[in-house]
Amino acid sequence: MWKWLHPYAKAERAYQLCNTLLPYFVVVSVLCIVVGWVWGLAYAPADYQQKDSYRIIFIHVPSAILSMGAYSSMAIAAIIALVWQLRNAELAVIAIAPVGAAMTAIALITGSAWGKPMWGAWWVWDARLTSELILLFLYLGVLSLFHAFEDKKAGGKAACILAIVGVVNLPIIHFSVEWWNTLHQGGAITKFDTSAIDPSMLWPLLINILGFAALVGTLTLIRLKNEIMQVEQHRPWVRQLVSRG
Amino acid sequence: MQVSHSYWTLFCSVYKKDVALAFRQRAEIVNPLLFFLIVITLFPLAIGPEPGLLARMAPGIIWVAALLSTMLGLDKIFRDDYMDGSLEQLIASPYPLSLAVLAKVAAHWTTAGLPMVVMAPVFSMLMNLESQALGATMLTLLIGTPLLSFIGAIGAGLTVGLQKGGILMSLLVLPLYIPVLIFATSAIDTSIMSLAYSGQLAILGAMLAVALVTAPIAISSALRVSVS
Repeated sequence: MWKWLHPYAKAERAYQLCNTLLPYFVVVSVLCIVVGWVWGLAYAPADYQQKDSYRIIFIHVPSAILSMGAYSSMAIAAIIALVWQLRNAELAVIAIAPVGAAMTAIALITGSAWGKPMWGAWWVWDARLTSELILLFLYLGVLSLFHAFEDKKAGGKAACILAIVGVVNLPIIHFSVEWWNTLHQGGAITKFDTSAIDPSMLWPLLINILGFAALVGTLTLIRLKNEIMQVEQHRPWVRQLVSRG
Repeated sequence: MQVSHSYWTLFCSVYKKDVALAFRQRAEIVNPLLFFLIVITLFPLAIGPEPGLLARMAPGIIWVAALLSTMLGLDKIFRDDYMDGSLEQLIASPYPLSLAVLAKVAAHWTTAGLPMVVMAPVFSMLMNLESQALGATMLTLLIGTPLLSFIGAIGAGLTVGLQKGGILMSLLVLPLYIPVLIFATSAIDTSIMSLAYSGQLAILGAMLAVALVTAPIAISSALRVSVS
Protein backbone atom coordinates (compact mmCIF):
# COMPACT_ATOMS: atom_id res chain seq x y z
CA MET A 1 0.00 0.00 0.00
CA TRP A 2 2.89 2.32 0.75
CA LYS A 3 4.19 1.85 -2.78
CA TRP A 4 0.75 2.64 -4.09
CA LEU A 5 0.36 5.77 -1.94
CA HIS A 6 3.87 7.11 -2.15
CA PRO A 7 3.62 8.87 -5.53
CA TYR A 8 1.02 11.20 -4.02
CA ALA A 9 3.68 12.66 -1.78
CA LYS A 10 4.82 14.44 -4.92
CA ALA A 11 2.98 17.71 -5.34
CA GLU A 12 2.28 17.24 -9.02
CA ARG A 13 0.63 13.84 -8.55
CA ALA A 14 -1.39 15.15 -5.61
CA TYR A 15 -2.55 18.06 -7.77
CA GLN A 16 -3.63 15.67 -10.50
CA LEU A 17 -5.42 13.50 -7.95
CA CYS A 18 -7.30 16.58 -6.74
CA ASN A 19 -8.32 17.29 -10.30
CA THR A 20 -9.59 13.76 -10.91
CA LEU A 21 -11.52 13.65 -7.63
CA LEU A 22 -13.02 17.11 -7.83
CA PRO A 23 -15.80 16.44 -10.41
CA TYR A 24 -17.16 13.49 -8.40
CA PHE A 25 -17.26 15.53 -5.22
CA VAL A 26 -18.96 18.44 -6.99
CA VAL A 27 -21.62 16.20 -8.53
CA VAL A 28 -22.33 14.32 -5.30
CA SER A 29 -22.51 17.46 -3.19
CA VAL A 30 -24.79 19.41 -5.57
CA LEU A 31 -27.04 16.43 -6.17
CA CYS A 32 -27.36 15.42 -2.53
CA ILE A 33 -27.83 18.91 -1.18
CA VAL A 34 -30.48 19.80 -3.77
CA VAL A 35 -32.37 16.53 -3.28
CA GLY A 36 -31.95 16.63 0.50
CA TRP A 37 -33.09 20.23 0.84
CA VAL A 38 -36.08 19.95 -1.47
CA TRP A 39 -37.18 16.70 0.17
CA GLY A 40 -36.48 17.93 3.67
CA LEU A 41 -37.78 21.48 3.37
CA ALA A 42 -40.81 20.86 1.15
CA TYR A 43 -41.94 17.25 1.35
CA ALA A 44 -40.97 15.87 4.74
CA PRO A 45 -43.88 15.94 7.22
CA ALA A 46 -44.02 18.61 9.93
CA ASP A 47 -42.97 17.62 13.43
CA TYR A 48 -45.83 16.95 15.88
CA GLN A 49 -44.21 19.15 18.50
CA GLN A 50 -41.95 21.63 16.76
CA LYS A 51 -44.16 22.09 13.66
CA ASP A 52 -42.23 23.44 10.69
CA SER A 53 -39.39 25.06 12.55
CA TYR A 54 -37.68 21.73 13.03
CA ARG A 55 -36.79 21.84 9.33
CA ILE A 56 -33.62 23.76 10.09
CA ILE A 57 -32.32 20.38 11.23
CA PHE A 58 -31.52 19.69 7.59
CA ILE A 59 -28.86 22.39 7.70
CA HIS A 60 -27.94 22.41 11.35
CA VAL A 61 -27.20 18.74 11.95
CA PRO A 62 -25.13 18.12 8.79
CA SER A 63 -23.00 21.20 9.41
CA ALA A 64 -22.51 20.29 13.08
CA ILE A 65 -21.48 16.73 12.21
CA LEU A 66 -19.16 17.96 9.49
CA SER A 67 -17.61 20.58 11.76
CA MET A 68 -16.35 17.72 13.92
CA GLY A 69 -15.64 15.45 10.98
CA ALA A 70 -13.54 18.14 9.33
CA TYR A 71 -11.60 18.64 12.56
CA SER A 72 -10.85 14.95 12.90
CA SER A 73 -9.71 14.69 9.29
CA MET A 74 -7.58 17.77 9.82
CA ALA A 75 -6.01 16.16 12.88
CA ILE A 76 -5.36 12.93 10.99
CA ALA A 77 -3.70 14.92 8.21
CA ALA A 78 -1.65 16.71 10.88
CA ILE A 79 -0.47 13.42 12.36
CA ILE A 80 0.49 12.17 8.90
CA ALA A 81 2.31 15.44 8.23
CA LEU A 82 4.34 15.23 11.44
CA VAL A 83 5.08 11.51 11.40
CA TRP A 84 5.92 10.99 7.72
CA GLN A 85 6.99 14.58 7.05
CA LEU A 86 4.70 14.94 4.06
CA ARG A 87 4.38 18.52 2.92
CA ASN A 88 1.10 17.78 1.14
CA ALA A 89 -0.54 16.61 4.35
CA GLU A 90 0.53 19.88 5.97
CA LEU A 91 -1.11 21.78 3.12
CA ALA A 92 -4.22 19.66 3.60
CA VAL A 93 -4.40 20.81 7.24
CA ILE A 94 -4.33 24.42 6.10
CA ALA A 95 -6.84 23.64 3.35
CA ILE A 96 -9.36 22.05 5.72
CA ALA A 97 -9.16 24.60 8.56
CA PRO A 98 -11.24 27.47 7.07
CA VAL A 99 -13.80 25.05 5.63
CA GLY A 100 -14.25 23.43 9.02
CA ALA A 101 -14.43 26.84 10.66
CA ALA A 102 -17.20 27.82 8.23
CA MET A 103 -19.11 24.61 9.03
CA THR A 104 -18.78 25.35 12.74
CA ALA A 105 -20.03 28.89 12.21
CA ILE A 106 -23.01 27.62 10.19
CA ALA A 107 -23.82 25.09 12.90
CA LEU A 108 -23.65 27.80 15.58
CA ILE A 109 -25.76 30.31 13.65
CA THR A 110 -28.46 27.83 12.60
CA GLY A 111 -28.41 26.39 16.11
CA SER A 112 -29.14 29.77 17.64
CA ALA A 113 -31.82 30.44 15.02
CA TRP A 114 -33.40 27.14 16.02
CA GLY A 115 -32.95 27.86 19.69
CA LYS A 116 -34.86 31.15 19.54
CA PRO A 117 -38.35 29.66 18.85
CA MET A 118 -37.70 26.45 20.81
CA TRP A 119 -35.88 27.62 23.92
CA GLY A 120 -36.85 31.27 23.78
CA ALA A 121 -33.27 32.49 23.65
CA TRP A 122 -30.72 33.07 20.94
CA TRP A 123 -27.85 31.82 23.00
CA VAL A 124 -27.78 29.56 26.01
CA TRP A 125 -24.57 28.56 27.77
CA ASP A 126 -25.39 24.98 27.13
CA ALA A 127 -22.59 22.43 27.17
CA ARG A 128 -22.84 21.48 23.52
CA LEU A 129 -23.09 25.05 22.30
CA THR A 130 -20.13 26.08 24.40
CA SER A 131 -17.96 23.19 23.25
CA GLU A 132 -18.90 23.89 19.65
CA LEU A 133 -17.85 27.50 20.17
CA ILE A 134 -14.51 26.27 21.52
CA LEU A 135 -14.17 24.22 18.33
CA LEU A 136 -14.54 27.44 16.33
CA PHE A 137 -11.81 29.05 18.44
CA LEU A 138 -9.56 26.06 17.84
CA TYR A 139 -10.00 26.33 14.08
CA LEU A 140 -9.27 30.06 14.22
CA GLY A 141 -6.26 29.37 16.43
CA VAL A 142 -4.82 26.90 13.92
CA LEU A 143 -5.33 29.43 11.13
CA SER A 144 -3.90 32.41 12.96
CA LEU A 145 -0.91 30.38 14.17
CA PHE A 146 -0.18 29.35 10.60
CA HIS A 147 -0.38 32.91 9.36
CA ALA A 148 1.70 34.29 12.23
CA PHE A 149 4.85 32.56 11.02
CA GLU A 150 6.91 34.21 8.32
CA ASP A 151 8.36 30.84 7.40
CA LYS A 152 5.40 28.89 6.02
CA LYS A 153 7.09 25.55 6.66
CA ALA A 154 7.47 26.23 10.37
CA GLY A 155 3.95 27.69 10.43
CA GLY A 156 2.53 24.53 8.91
CA LYS A 157 4.29 22.33 11.46
CA ALA A 158 3.15 24.50 14.36
CA ALA A 159 -0.43 24.46 13.07
CA CYS A 160 -0.24 20.66 12.85
CA ILE A 161 0.84 20.35 16.49
CA LEU A 162 -1.98 22.63 17.62
CA ALA A 163 -4.50 20.70 15.52
CA ILE A 164 -3.47 17.47 17.22
CA VAL A 165 -3.60 18.98 20.71
CA GLY A 166 -7.09 20.34 20.03
CA VAL A 167 -8.49 16.86 19.40
CA VAL A 168 -9.25 16.60 23.13
CA ASN A 169 -12.22 18.85 22.47
CA LEU A 170 -13.94 16.38 20.12
CA PRO A 171 -15.01 13.79 22.71
CA ILE A 172 -16.15 16.66 24.91
CA ILE A 173 -18.51 17.90 22.18
CA HIS A 174 -19.70 14.41 21.38
CA PHE A 175 -20.51 13.38 24.93
CA SER A 176 -21.57 16.82 26.15
CA VAL A 177 -25.28 16.00 25.80
CA GLU A 178 -24.82 12.88 27.90
CA TRP A 179 -22.49 14.29 30.56
CA TRP A 180 -24.42 17.45 31.24
CA ASN A 181 -28.19 17.52 31.35
CA THR A 182 -28.67 20.84 29.66
CA LEU A 183 -31.10 22.19 27.11
CA HIS A 184 -29.66 20.67 23.99
CA GLN A 185 -31.45 17.50 23.03
CA GLY A 186 -29.60 14.20 22.98
CA GLY A 187 -28.33 12.47 19.89
CA ALA A 188 -31.10 10.90 17.86
CA ILE A 189 -29.60 9.44 14.68
CA THR A 190 -26.62 7.61 16.04
CA LYS A 191 -28.45 4.92 17.92
CA PHE A 192 -27.44 1.54 16.63
CA ASP A 193 -30.68 -0.41 16.93
CA THR A 194 -33.41 1.90 15.68
CA SER A 195 -33.18 5.59 15.01
CA ALA A 196 -35.33 7.91 17.10
CA ILE A 197 -36.36 9.83 13.99
CA ASP A 198 -39.12 8.77 11.63
CA PRO A 199 -37.77 7.44 8.29
CA SER A 200 -39.61 10.18 6.38
CA MET A 201 -37.41 12.75 8.11
CA LEU A 202 -34.33 10.58 8.57
CA TRP A 203 -33.69 9.92 4.88
CA PRO A 204 -33.50 13.54 3.73
CA LEU A 205 -31.29 14.21 6.76
CA LEU A 206 -28.88 11.43 5.85
CA ILE A 207 -28.78 12.59 2.23
CA ASN A 208 -28.01 16.09 3.44
CA ILE A 209 -25.20 14.81 5.65
CA LEU A 210 -23.68 13.03 2.67
CA GLY A 211 -24.10 16.18 0.58
CA PHE A 212 -22.42 18.37 3.20
CA ALA A 213 -19.58 15.88 3.49
CA ALA A 214 -19.06 16.05 -0.24
CA LEU A 215 -19.26 19.85 -0.06
CA VAL A 216 -16.50 19.93 2.56
CA GLY A 217 -14.51 17.61 0.31
CA THR A 218 -15.07 19.86 -2.71
CA LEU A 219 -14.03 23.05 -0.95
CA THR A 220 -11.02 21.33 0.60
CA LEU A 221 -9.87 19.99 -2.75
CA ILE A 222 -10.15 23.42 -4.35
CA ARG A 223 -8.22 25.00 -1.50
CA LEU A 224 -5.64 22.21 -1.54
CA LYS A 225 -5.08 22.78 -5.25
CA ASN A 226 -4.48 26.45 -4.57
CA GLU A 227 -2.10 25.75 -1.70
CA ILE A 228 -0.10 23.29 -3.79
CA MET A 229 0.08 25.81 -6.63
CA GLN A 230 1.28 28.52 -4.28
CA VAL A 231 3.98 26.40 -2.69
CA GLU A 232 5.16 24.98 -5.99
CA GLN A 233 4.85 28.17 -8.01
CA HIS A 234 8.48 28.10 -9.14
CA ARG A 235 8.34 24.54 -10.43
CA PRO A 236 8.22 24.01 -14.19
CA TRP A 237 4.99 21.96 -14.11
CA VAL A 238 3.10 24.82 -12.51
CA ARG A 239 4.43 27.26 -15.08
CA GLN A 240 3.42 24.90 -17.85
CA LEU A 241 -0.03 24.56 -16.35
CA VAL A 242 -0.49 28.30 -16.02
CA SER A 243 0.81 29.13 -19.46
CA ARG A 244 -1.46 26.49 -20.96
CA GLY A 245 -4.24 28.54 -19.47
CA MET B 1 22.94 3.51 36.20
CA GLN B 2 25.10 6.35 35.06
CA VAL B 3 22.44 7.39 32.58
CA SER B 4 19.52 7.46 34.98
CA HIS B 5 21.62 9.46 37.41
CA SER B 6 22.42 12.07 34.78
CA TYR B 7 18.77 12.36 33.69
CA TRP B 8 17.91 13.25 37.25
CA THR B 9 20.77 15.76 37.32
CA LEU B 10 19.48 17.38 34.15
CA PHE B 11 15.99 17.67 35.57
CA CYS B 12 17.25 19.15 38.86
CA SER B 13 19.65 21.60 37.27
CA VAL B 14 17.09 22.99 34.84
CA TYR B 15 14.50 23.20 37.58
CA LYS B 16 16.86 24.87 40.05
CA LYS B 17 18.08 27.36 37.46
CA ASP B 18 14.56 28.44 36.55
CA VAL B 19 13.37 28.73 40.13
CA ALA B 20 16.52 30.62 41.14
CA LEU B 21 16.07 33.02 38.23
CA ALA B 22 12.47 33.64 39.24
CA PHE B 23 13.51 34.34 42.81
CA ARG B 24 16.21 36.78 41.65
CA GLN B 25 13.52 38.80 39.92
CA ARG B 26 10.91 38.86 42.62
CA ALA B 27 8.50 40.77 40.41
CA GLU B 28 8.04 37.65 38.35
CA ILE B 29 6.45 35.89 41.29
CA VAL B 30 4.78 38.84 42.96
CA ASN B 31 3.22 40.46 39.89
CA PRO B 32 0.94 37.56 38.87
CA LEU B 33 -0.22 37.27 42.47
CA LEU B 34 -0.92 40.99 42.64
CA PHE B 35 -2.77 40.72 39.34
CA PHE B 36 -4.82 37.85 40.76
CA LEU B 37 -5.65 39.97 43.81
CA ILE B 38 -6.59 43.02 41.74
CA VAL B 39 -8.86 41.04 39.40
CA ILE B 40 -10.61 39.59 42.42
CA THR B 41 -10.98 43.07 43.90
CA LEU B 42 -12.53 44.36 40.69
CA PHE B 43 -15.46 41.96 40.78
CA PRO B 44 -17.08 43.10 44.05
CA LEU B 45 -16.67 46.68 42.86
CA ALA B 46 -18.23 45.92 39.51
CA ILE B 47 -21.12 43.64 40.47
CA GLY B 48 -21.84 44.91 43.97
CA PRO B 49 -20.63 43.69 47.33
CA GLU B 50 -23.61 41.58 48.50
CA PRO B 51 -22.13 38.57 50.33
CA GLY B 52 -24.57 36.04 48.86
CA LEU B 53 -23.95 37.15 45.28
CA LEU B 54 -20.18 37.11 45.81
CA ALA B 55 -20.24 33.64 47.31
CA ARG B 56 -22.29 32.41 44.37
CA MET B 57 -19.80 33.82 41.88
CA ALA B 58 -16.63 33.10 43.85
CA PRO B 59 -15.62 29.77 42.23
CA GLY B 60 -15.83 31.20 38.75
CA ILE B 61 -14.11 34.45 39.61
CA ILE B 62 -11.25 32.75 41.44
CA TRP B 63 -10.69 30.36 38.59
CA VAL B 64 -10.90 32.94 35.80
CA ALA B 65 -8.44 35.09 37.73
CA ALA B 66 -6.18 32.05 38.11
CA LEU B 67 -6.30 31.41 34.36
CA LEU B 68 -5.46 35.00 33.53
CA SER B 69 -2.62 35.32 35.99
CA THR B 70 -1.11 32.04 34.81
CA MET B 71 -1.09 33.50 31.31
CA LEU B 72 1.04 36.40 32.53
CA GLY B 73 4.07 34.26 33.30
CA LEU B 74 3.69 31.84 30.42
CA ASP B 75 5.29 33.97 27.77
CA LYS B 76 8.54 34.07 29.73
CA ILE B 77 8.75 30.32 30.22
CA PHE B 78 10.82 29.75 27.08
CA ARG B 79 11.36 33.31 25.80
CA ASP B 80 14.51 34.16 27.80
CA ASP B 81 16.14 30.84 27.00
CA TYR B 82 15.24 31.32 23.36
CA MET B 83 16.77 34.80 23.33
CA ASP B 84 20.10 33.85 24.90
CA GLY B 85 20.43 30.64 22.91
CA SER B 86 20.35 28.18 25.79
CA LEU B 87 17.16 26.67 24.38
CA GLU B 88 19.09 25.67 21.29
CA GLN B 89 21.74 24.11 23.50
CA LEU B 90 19.06 22.09 25.27
CA ILE B 91 17.67 20.91 21.95
CA ALA B 92 21.13 20.03 20.65
CA SER B 93 22.13 18.22 23.85
CA PRO B 94 21.97 14.41 23.93
CA TYR B 95 19.42 14.45 26.73
CA PRO B 96 15.72 14.12 25.96
CA LEU B 97 14.22 17.54 25.44
CA SER B 98 10.92 16.49 26.98
CA LEU B 99 12.70 15.96 30.32
CA ALA B 100 14.14 19.47 30.30
CA VAL B 101 10.73 20.79 29.28
CA LEU B 102 9.13 18.92 32.17
CA ALA B 103 11.59 20.59 34.54
CA LYS B 104 10.82 24.02 33.11
CA VAL B 105 7.07 23.46 33.43
CA ALA B 106 7.57 22.26 37.00
CA ALA B 107 9.57 25.40 37.76
CA HIS B 108 6.85 27.56 36.22
CA TRP B 109 4.25 25.87 38.38
CA THR B 110 6.35 26.32 41.51
CA THR B 111 6.65 30.03 40.92
CA ALA B 112 3.20 30.74 39.43
CA GLY B 113 0.75 28.04 40.49
CA LEU B 114 1.89 27.10 43.96
CA PRO B 115 1.67 30.65 45.38
CA MET B 116 -1.95 30.78 44.22
CA VAL B 117 -2.71 27.53 46.03
CA VAL B 118 -1.10 28.87 49.18
CA MET B 119 -2.96 32.16 48.95
CA ALA B 120 -6.33 30.50 48.25
CA PRO B 121 -7.64 30.90 51.83
CA VAL B 122 -7.14 34.66 51.62
CA PHE B 123 -8.93 34.90 48.28
CA SER B 124 -11.83 32.72 49.30
CA MET B 125 -12.23 34.86 52.44
CA LEU B 126 -12.29 38.00 50.31
CA MET B 127 -14.97 36.44 48.12
CA ASN B 128 -17.00 35.41 51.14
CA LEU B 129 -16.74 31.75 50.20
CA GLU B 130 -18.09 29.40 52.86
CA SER B 131 -15.52 27.51 54.86
CA GLN B 132 -16.56 24.06 53.62
CA ALA B 133 -15.68 25.15 50.08
CA LEU B 134 -12.15 26.17 51.02
CA GLY B 135 -10.84 22.61 50.86
CA ALA B 136 -12.36 22.13 47.41
CA THR B 137 -10.92 25.44 46.19
CA MET B 138 -7.42 24.53 47.34
CA LEU B 139 -7.64 21.00 45.95
CA THR B 140 -8.88 22.13 42.54
CA LEU B 141 -6.15 24.77 42.40
CA LEU B 142 -3.57 22.19 43.48
CA ILE B 143 -4.54 19.77 40.70
CA GLY B 144 -5.62 22.38 38.17
CA THR B 145 -2.74 24.87 38.15
CA PRO B 146 -0.09 22.33 37.02
CA LEU B 147 -2.50 21.43 34.25
CA LEU B 148 -2.65 25.11 33.29
CA SER B 149 1.16 25.24 33.21
CA PHE B 150 1.34 22.18 30.94
CA ILE B 151 -1.30 23.35 28.47
CA GLY B 152 0.07 26.87 28.50
CA ALA B 153 3.60 25.67 27.83
CA ILE B 154 2.37 24.04 24.60
CA GLY B 155 1.14 27.46 23.45
CA ALA B 156 4.32 29.13 24.67
CA GLY B 157 6.42 26.60 22.78
CA LEU B 158 4.47 27.15 19.58
CA THR B 159 4.78 30.93 19.71
CA VAL B 160 8.27 31.39 21.17
CA GLY B 161 9.83 32.10 17.79
CA LEU B 162 7.31 34.80 16.90
CA GLN B 163 7.80 38.51 17.41
CA LYS B 164 4.42 39.18 18.99
CA GLY B 165 3.72 35.76 20.35
CA GLY B 166 2.08 36.84 23.58
CA ILE B 167 -1.40 37.74 22.36
CA LEU B 168 -1.53 34.88 19.90
CA MET B 169 -0.54 32.51 22.66
CA SER B 170 -3.48 33.54 24.82
CA LEU B 171 -5.79 32.99 21.86
CA LEU B 172 -4.42 29.49 21.40
CA VAL B 173 -4.31 28.52 25.03
CA LEU B 174 -7.50 29.91 26.55
CA PRO B 175 -9.87 27.63 24.56
CA LEU B 176 -7.86 24.64 25.75
CA TYR B 177 -8.21 25.85 29.34
CA ILE B 178 -12.00 25.67 29.26
CA PRO B 179 -12.39 22.00 30.28
CA VAL B 180 -10.21 22.62 33.34
CA LEU B 181 -12.29 25.66 34.21
CA ILE B 182 -15.56 23.72 33.87
CA PHE B 183 -14.59 20.84 36.11
CA ALA B 184 -12.77 22.93 38.71
CA THR B 185 -15.63 25.37 39.20
CA SER B 186 -18.14 22.54 39.18
CA ALA B 187 -16.18 20.85 42.00
CA ILE B 188 -16.26 24.03 44.10
CA ASP B 189 -19.96 24.56 43.37
CA THR B 190 -20.72 21.02 44.46
CA SER B 191 -18.75 21.48 47.65
CA ILE B 192 -20.73 24.65 48.46
CA MET B 193 -23.85 22.48 48.35
CA SER B 194 -22.11 20.07 50.78
CA LEU B 195 -22.11 17.24 48.24
CA ALA B 196 -19.28 14.90 47.31
CA TYR B 197 -17.03 16.47 44.68
CA SER B 198 -14.58 13.61 44.25
CA GLY B 199 -15.88 12.90 40.74
CA GLN B 200 -14.81 16.26 39.35
CA LEU B 201 -11.48 15.99 41.17
CA ALA B 202 -10.96 12.56 39.63
CA ILE B 203 -11.56 13.97 36.14
CA LEU B 204 -9.12 16.82 36.84
CA GLY B 205 -6.60 14.28 38.09
CA ALA B 206 -7.06 12.17 34.98
CA MET B 207 -6.50 15.23 32.79
CA LEU B 208 -3.34 16.01 34.76
CA ALA B 209 -2.09 12.44 34.32
CA VAL B 210 -2.66 12.60 30.56
CA ALA B 211 -1.01 16.02 30.36
CA LEU B 212 1.98 14.82 32.41
CA VAL B 213 2.66 12.07 29.87
CA THR B 214 1.74 13.73 26.58
CA ALA B 215 2.28 17.47 27.05
CA PRO B 216 6.12 17.31 27.31
CA ILE B 217 6.20 15.51 23.95
CA ALA B 218 3.95 18.12 22.37
CA ILE B 219 5.93 20.98 23.94
CA SER B 220 9.29 19.64 22.80
CA SER B 221 8.11 19.12 19.23
CA ALA B 222 6.63 22.64 19.29
CA LEU B 223 9.99 23.99 20.46
CA ARG B 224 11.84 22.12 17.73
CA VAL B 225 9.52 23.74 15.16
CA SER B 226 9.94 27.20 16.64
CA VAL B 227 13.72 27.10 17.02
CA SER B 228 14.74 25.40 13.79
